[in-house]
Amino acid sequence: MSLVSVQKISKSYWRDSLEIPVLNNISFDVPEGEFVGLMGPSGSGKTTLLNLIAGIDRPTQGAIMVSDTDVTRLNESQLAKWRARNVGFVFQFYNLLPVLTAFENVELPLLLSKLSKKERREHVEFALKIVGLEDRMKHYPKQLSGGQEQRVAIARAIVTDPTILIADEPTGDLDKSSALEILNLLERLNSEFKKTIIMVTHDPRAAEKAHSIRHLDKGELT
Amino acid sequence: MRVFRLIYKNMLRHKLRTMLTIIGIAIAVVAFGLLRTVVTAWYAGVEGSSANRLIARHSVSFIFPLPLAYRDRIANVDGVERVTYANWFGGVYIDKNQFFARLAVDAETFFDVYPELLVPKDQLDAFKKDRSGCIIGQQLVDRFNLKLGDIMPIEGDIYPGKWNFTVRGIYKPRDKTTDPSNMLMQWQYLDEKVRIDFPTRAGNVGWYIVEIKDPGKSAAISAQVDEYFKNSPAETKTETERAFQQDFMATVSAIITAMNVMSFVIIGIIMLVLGNTMIMAARERIREYSVLKTLGFSSFHLIGLIGGESLAIAVLGGAVGIALSYPMVAGFEAALPKGWFPIFNLETITLVLASSSALLVGILASIFPIQRALNTTIVDGLRQIG
Ligand SMILES: Nc1ncnc2c1ncn2[C@@H]1O[C@H](COP(=O)(O)OP(=O)(O)OP(=O)(O)O)[C@@H](O)[C@H]1O
Ligand SMILES: [Mg+2]
Repeated sequence: MSLVSVQKISKSYWRDSLEIPVLNNISFDVPEGEFVGLMGPSGSGKTTLLNLIAGIDRPTQGAIMVSDTDVTRLNESQLAKWRARNVGFVFQFYNLLPVLTAFENVELPLLLSKLSKKERREHVEFALKIVGLEDRMKHYPKQLSGGQEQRVAIARAIVTDPTILIADEPTGDLDKSSALEILNLLERLNSEFKKTIIMVTHDPRAAEKAHSIRHLDKGELT
Repeated sequence: MRVFRLIYKNMLRHKLRTMLTIIGIAIAVVAFGLLRTVVTAWYAGVEGSSANRLIARHSVSFIFPLPLAYRDRIANVDGVERVTYANWFGGVYIDKNQFFARLAVDAETFFDVYPELLVPKDQLDAFKKDRSGCIIGQQLVDRFNLKLGDIMPIEGDIYPGKWNFTVRGIYKPRDKTTDPSNMLMQWQYLDEKVRIDFPTRAGNVGWYIVEIKDPGKSAAISAQVDEYFKNSPAETKTETERAFQQDFMATVSAIITAMNVMSFVIIGIIMLVLGNTMIMAARERIREYSVLKTLGFSSFHLIGLIGGESLAIAVLGGAVGIALSYPMVAGFEAALPKGWFPIFNLETITLVLASSSALLVGILASIFPIQRALNTTIVDGLRQIG
């Protein structure tokens, strides 16, 4: 059975009553434990598709099932709770809060849980250990390299032990060796911790790490 | 780490901006406090006026005198309890910058009609016995370092000549609104001297103070008094002490109104200062708010985050402002010519107004940024280049 099932999704944006179709009747499944790469030219709707699966945007039509939940049917606050439990995000530009230390950034999603302070600390330290930054806990984002920032972001994404990990060009802003580190880390999360990963990328080396590749072009999956 | 820690860290993000905003609010609160204090000081006379006292004065202006003969006729009007009278003495004590009221009063009755001037019995008796004695308020004692038996030389202007008055009594104000800086001398003494030097001005009274039994009848009694002297050479105008004070206030009311308006304009300014800071902060962080939403933080969290920061800055600014208001008001009073405002206090109500305004401003200033943060969809927020 597949963990994620995208069913006949269409998505248009509206600008002043002008319809901009982005995704056109897309269907695909992601089995549990998969590492899927999503490729396609700029503007083809990759980010849009990822946002729909992650429940931060709504499709114009269609349903998205993530382990038996139809994400498109949840209201805003249900969706927020669902995201907190089920989705880990990794963005191209890391999106760490600059005023918080690495530790505090990773702790953020746990503040919404019922965990005690001590339990939170254990989880955060564990997540930072996985990404190899246990010695940078007290550093602020601006005191870290891009690759390190992205690893903190990955720690933040996995600290809640989410159902799926979603990464939008996670290496897009990194140099070659940092990019490789991140890719190896994602690969390890997939093989060792059995995380289901959906990753958008332009980078052929990144795509190599994925088990399967889907191509998106002009709003259609090929 | 909880949300308030994030609030704290966000506040320290642009330390200078936050500091300037806090200082801006503090200055506005101080200015508000000062203006309100000046306004209340002006109104202190009105506040301190009694409802059971009427003032009868010349119908044209209170600079024209009334004959002493009116006293007994007023006393006979129905509902009148007691009558006393006073003259504005004026004159200069030490130099022209020493402001305080100098009145020639009827020694026998004046203090009965003004029970808020607390004079020890023996001192009052000593005053009544000494023609050239005077009773002064506690504030004058402190200001000029006077004691019983001291001579106060006054250079007369309305009543020219050199006058020497001996301090026979010191009164303490009963209420906060009682003028603590009057100098009261004997009308009889004044009249004796006037009789010799300016015989035509003898037997003149500046105004009558009429104590009535029932404040509810003040209008009827006033009308009756005025009716009595209708068509006589000196017609009277009688009104409650409060109305009399307000009449006097009317001459400066434009300034007071301006100050009143200003004090509330200042609150508007605080709001703009804080609102501007919060809007700038929220604009910079719109992407971060989207990240928080992505992680599952709710609208309530964002409201707490933005509103909390705004409130914290407002409260800090308000607290600093109130703390500074005390020395500022004291300094302002010291800088004014002595006696301009006999009663000059930073009132509790002013502080309550200032602090609740600061709180309100804290809330209002966060409405727009909160609205903006909530209305920006996650997708739009994330697309914003930070
Ligand atoms: N909020 C929006 N409002 C209007 N149009 C949008 C919005 N978001 C995306 N689009 C449009 O939808 C199309 C797909 O955008 P999307 O960001 O999904 O592309 P992408 O494949 O991720 O591109 P890239 O590789 O450059 O990141 C683009 O034409 C874009 O301009
Ligand atoms: Mg994209």
